[in-house]
Amino acid sequence: MIRLIDETGAVVGDRGTLPAQEVLLDGYRALVLARRLNEQAGALVRQGRLAVYPSSHGQEACQVAAAGVLAETDWLFPTYRDVAAIAARGVDPVDVLVMLRGDWHCGYDPIATRVAPQATPLATQLPHAVGVGHAARLKGEDTVVMALCGDGATSEGDFHEALNFAAVFAAPVVFLVQNNKYAISVPLSRQSAAESLAAKGVGYGVPGVRVDGNDLAALTVVLTEAVARARRGDGPTLVEADTYRIQAHTNADDPSRYRADDEVEQWRPRDPLLRLRAHLTATGVLTPEREAEFAGAAEEMAAHVRAGMDGESALDPAELFAHVYSAPTPQLREQAALLAAELSGVRS
Amino acid sequence: MSEKPTMIQALNRALRDAMAADGSVVVFGEDVGPLGGVFRVTDGLSAEFGEKRCFDTPLAESGIVGMAVGMAMNGMRPVVEMQFDAFAFPAFEQIVSHVAKFANRTRGRVRLPMVIRVPYGGGIGGVEHHCDSSEAYYAHTPGLLVVTPATNADAYGLLRAAIEHPDPVVFLEPKRQYFTREELDAQAVPPIGRAAVRRPGRDATLIAYGPSVPVALAAAEHAAAEGRDLGVVDLRSIVPFDDETVTAEVRRTGRAVVVAEAPGFASVASEIAARVAERCFHHLEAPVRRVTGFDVPYPPPRLEQHHLPGVDRILDAVDDLQWEDA
Repeated sequence: MIRLIDETGAVVGDRGTLPAQEVLLDGYRALVLARRLNEQAGALVRQGRLAVYPSSHGQEACQVAAAGVLAETDWLFPTYRDVAAIAARGVDPVDVLVMLRGDWHCGYDPIATRVAPQATPLATQLPHAVGVGHAARLKGEDTVVMALCGDGATSEGDFHEALNFAAVFAAPVVFLVQNNKYAISVPLSRQSAAESLAAKGVGYGVPGVRVDGNDLAALTVVLTEAVARARRGDGPTLVEADTYRIQAHTNADDPSRYRADDEVEQWRPRDPLLRLRAHLTATGVLTPEREAEFAGAAEEMAAHVRAGMDGESALDPAELFAHVYSAPTPQLREQAALLAAELSGVRS
Repeated sequence: MSEKPTMIQALNRALRDAMAADGSVVVFGEDVGPLGGVFRVTDGLSAEFGEKRCFDTPLAESGIVGMAVGMAMNGMRPVVEMQFDAFAFPAFEQIVSHVAKFANRTRGRVRLPMVIRVPYGGGIGGVEHHCDSSEAYYAHTPGLLVVTPATNADAYGLLRAAIEHPDPVVFLEPKRQYFTREELDAQAVPPIGRAAVRRPGRDATLIAYGPSVPVALAAAEHAAAEGRDLGVVDLRSIVPFDDETVTAEVRRTGRAVVVAEAPGFASVASEIAARVAERCFHHLEAPVRRVTGFDVPYPPPRLEQHHLPGVDRILDAVDDLQWEDA
């Protein structure tokens, strides 16, 4: 497993491969914002202002690195747990939370942002990622696609088919598996008997890399290489990030039914923020002033999210019929008229 | 004078003309490359347009449809082939959860101009899993257009229209008509969503689509010999459904029989019967009848003739339309 900074913040292995300190400082700032976003979204659920939130608390290094290694013209394919990655890509978190607020299924423009809608079925977005990448190659563009999934998704058929298709067509896709050890309640040992999830790449002819998923430096290096490889036309890479889901699957979950508190406590010291803060503090790059500045930016972002969730959003029931087809069918026009009549009180 | 083209050749010509007209049209699936497809619908396309435009994929239908979704997201117009009706089922989740929903979930920001071609239906002596009528699954899913030609002219025209359409289309090809030869006007591109009155009739209306249209026309021929004038409506498009044409025809005749080879329970035929009853009740002289396949898994080849709606079963249903009250 590739690790560059250990839990104490000390550099392990070859210091020469470490990203520049300024890059790591930017990354640390993004981690602070991602953590704050997870906390803010969780609070909004408790206040009833957000229907549900699957937190990536503890996985923020994966979230930040996945977005950070991409160029503007690249694509990100996130899952429901990747709100922080989408925000790190630059999408307004208020727009990202539209789905979890229950207003619509996707609140941002995938074409403009180059972020696919968040996938809630597992692994089904991975063949789409391959298609976007393959189309880019056919058009002569050097686009790279970052496709995210979790350990549970590696059991799905679409994971297999996407890796296989990507390999056969040498599609410019990086598959990042955030192995957070649980698929809701089911532990990794029940998902796979393979020696690692990265090892699954062998069966498809795809290089597999295991990386410490709580080490932003290692993730940045590994994913940057994988993106460069894809951009060169050398095909996909499977990256397994070893991390841990510190919080419940969602607010509706009760993790005490399937895992011991001891296990969670063992992972707390491996927190991605703690170790990068320790490292950057030791090297002198992260000063108290910088820390305060990042905390201020995080609070500003959180306030923006709270403001965006305030009050009732304006929803138009007629929109139910607006996007099903490019033009509504005669049957949908009839149904839209029926609903409009109900709402206007003509029929009750 | 050259021989009239088969439906396969009409479909092949539609693909060729669409690829020549629009560089973003790509064709892929299993065996569609050098082989030209198991039915030869893609014959010669990879040679003519190159393997970037027409190519074979790994043998995995979910991957094929899922990749088409991504390619459509990124500016292409994919036309994918499912080799047989029942072999499309591994792609079912991709079709119902993604192909159908993408435009809606993104508020119209991402439309998927893609076509999923599916040879469907029986009557060819095929072994199991090669003869299913799967239209109800697709028609039940909002967001999909479901089109099925019954003539070679429509095989050409509707496939061109499907490829040009901004929405995803499930294009169901009646494989038992693949080798039917008919004149082809390779210019006419009909709009999707309009039924065709194949035979005007005064006494009753037979409503059919895809492989059941020729059967309905044959039944109407027999009835004419017996002095009964039956009309035949070919739906062409199951979604959108042409209520206007169907309703006008049934109101004129006052009697309707829906003919389809899929099992009848919870079927497209059932939906048609319900729609006709709702819209034509006061014009009807008799209850709307359905003549469909039985509610059994598709039979082995030596028994399929008992399952498929034939001329006799249609005429028996017509006889039951309470003529004594007329």
